[in-house]
Amino acid sequence: MKKRTLSLIVSLALTATLIAGCGSSATKESSSDTIQTQSSESASGDTQDDASAIKVGIMYIGDENEGYTESHMKGIQEMKTALGLTDEQVIEKTNIPEDESAYDAAVDLADQGCNIIFANSFGQESYMMQAAEEFPEVQFAHATGYQAASSGLSNMHNYFTSIYEARFVTGVVAGLKLNELIENGTITAEQAKIGYVGAFPYAEVVSGYTSFYLGAKSVCPTATMEVQYTNSWADMSGEAEVASQLIANGAKLISQHADTTGAPSACEQAGVPNVGYNVDMTSVAPDSALTSAYNNWAPYYTYAVKSVIDGTKMDVNWCQGFAEGAVGITALNEKVVAAGSAEKVAQVEAAIKDGSLHVFDTTTFTIGGKSLEDLIAEGGDYAKYADYVSDGYFHESELASSPSFDLRIDGITELTE
Amino acid sequence: MSKDIVLLNKEPFIRMVKRDSITTVKAWFIRMIAVILALIVAALVIVAITKQNPIEVYLGMIDGAVGSKRRLWVTIREILAMLCIAVGLTPAFKMKFWNIGAEGQILMGGTAAAAFMIYFSDKLPSGILLIVIIIVSSIAGLIWGIIPAFFKAYFNTNETLFTLMLNYVAMQIVTFCIVFWENPTGSNTVGIINSATKAGWFPSLFGNVYGLNVVLVLLLTTAIAIYMKYSKHGYEISVVGESEFTAEYAGINVKKVILRTMMVSGAICGFAGSLIVSGASHTISTSTAGGRGFTAIIVAWMAKFNPIAMILVSALLIFMQQGSVQIATQFGLNENASDIITGIIIFFLIGCEFFINYQVELRKKSKEGK
Repeated sequence: MKKRTLSLIVSLALTATLIAGCGSSATKESSSDTIQTQSSESASGDTQDDASAIKVGIMYIGDENEGYTESHMKGIQEMKTALGLTDEQVIEKTNIPEDESAYDAAVDLADQGCNIIFANSFGQESYMMQAAEEFPEVQFAHATGYQAASSGLSNMHNYFTSIYEARFVTGVVAGLKLNELIENGTITAEQAKIGYVGAFPYAEVVSGYTSFYLGAKSVCPTATMEVQYTNSWADMSGEAEVASQLIANGAKLISQHADTTGAPSACEQAGVPNVGYNVDMTSVAPDSALTSAYNNWAPYYTYAVKSVIDGTKMDVNWCQGFAEGAVGITALNEKVVAAGSAEKVAQVEAAIKDGSLHVFDTTTFTIGGKSLEDLIAEGGDYAKYADYVSDGYFHESELASSPSFDLRIDGITELTE
Repeated sequence: MSKDIVLLNKEPFIRMVKRDSITTVKAWFIRMIAVILALIVAALVIVAITKQNPIEVYLGMIDGAVGSKRRLWVTIREILAMLCIAVGLTPAFKMKFWNIGAEGQILMGGTAAAAFMIYFSDKLPSGILLIVIIIVSSIAGLIWGIIPAFFKAYFNTNETLFTLMLNYVAMQIVTFCIVFWENPTGSNTVGIINSATKAGWFPSLFGNVYGLNVVLVLLLTTAIAIYMKYSKHGYEISVVGESEFTAEYAGINVKKVILRTMMVSGAICGFAGSLIVSGASHTISTSTAGGRGFTAIIVAWMAKFNPIAMILVSALLIFMQQGSVQIATQFGLNENASDIITGIIIFFLIGCEFFINYQVELRKKSKEGK
């Protein structure tokens, strides 16, 4: 009997909460509706959007413990200071994976009244587009993606930096280091092999390691490179393991396109010079880190949020490099770099800025012994690159903000089991 | 010598006595106290570590989990997935078959669902495709469930290890499939499947995207509750669970029951895979199951296999999980902070079961008169 009354009470309570839940959610819905109409009104009311009314949302793949996201967080912080936004105006969501939770997070930010929403990881793009379709009055900007222009959504944007420029410069630093090792007689010219810890085998990484290699080769012509993938953006132990394997395989210098300090730590132990990504690696590798290529996202975040405040149109594809301060290299580690590196770096940076040096100069690399122009002329699989190549160089990141150079050039070997 | 005897004979000041029985009201009263104590301890931890006002943190969690219509529905969607898996595990655990392979069964179901979404989106009409997906993913889970059951029944292998290892096999199969399905090439992610056509997606029901999820899971929960409680099969399962020898003596074909039960259990977990892939994420990855196959074990056991209690327990756990994103955003706390709170609550809830089974007795004075 008692059991029965209890189950009755429980079921009554359940129905009560359900009804109450429905009731409150209904009112919530109507209130969020009014918020939405308000925000769309203010968006259409041309110059009414002043800085105090705007709300910015961002979702990160990781958190402050991970270099790539940390650099985005810094960019957002600088944007906040530059535009004088308060803490309440910026909503940051960390550790958003690349699945439906990315969609949940995006629409949740839109529900909270954000006028512009950023996402920083490649795999979140399709979920951003799904949300962008649902909230046409909110601007969605996705880093490293490539589908904004083809999505047909006017409120979807892609942004990236010309990180390949910075990688080229770090490649020069690496090449000079290899030259120093050759001159000292530590290695022969033929042994100048670089090991590269890559994340995933697609264009972003391929473009990155190719530019790094071309930088190294521009000063050390005998340099070769081996690339091995971890199949993860941030896998501390995996990156350390791959770096050790590359070293065991004869690599005399290590670089990376992955987000942790795993590789530099392994290099520090093995005494192998290395070039990092995103953050200064001297904290974990004081006696082996040369420098790191880094992204500075502040110019974009400031630009994008400012566009929304001013009510001006945002670029569908935004990509800037050295010239605008969107990429750079961290301070050279004087203990490790070869003599004269600083001067050479300044010279190369200046040449990239004034346009006299192109990273993907087609005279500097071959594919299967042939130049890219010849291959395009031959047609076949290479014909699709015709749009990218003119004036003697591959126009990286000009047609779309994300990297598109995915050719495997001579001198680089991908180690894939 | 005599002193020892005195010591042995002396009744301890505090002792635990097994309760003969406890009323349901009293049991729930103890559980309520456990939750309240857990919240107080968690509040102390929050204050000590983060210097935040714990009440505001709790309010933040509530806001994050049910603060808007959309958040409420996301929470409901996650509760349904968890509930579905817990329901699937119930027959197996009731039989004392330690199926810790739900993770793999979900992944196989999800993979089957994704495969049909990808390869049959233009070959079958949408409605039929959905039915096919549900059936096929259930079969995939069923196969993943029956393999360890077969070896348990005929070779008496250890099902705990067997099901656990099959999880890793399933994960590798998913990784393998992603190589073929990844979009764009090299990215190692499949992306949203059929985002344009929505083929093989659960359609909206009653104007809600997750309406069908609600209906299917509640129907399934009811069906399994009836199956366990009122059917002959359900009775056989509990007898086998209590003692295989008794079951054999009573003329129950133990092998058959093990196989049949794991087919049911695996099929439901496989269905949960399609619920997650077709009904929520529309993609597949090695984290599709996301540890839910393990969490659901806690749900099933804490609920003592009672379906209504299972709804409550999964609601509690998902609530904490969904609230965690919000407090991470709002207070700059890492999401691990919420894991700590969840951990404390689970600790108290499991701990209180001890006090439901035992009671504390103090030494009675009158007896110790001399």
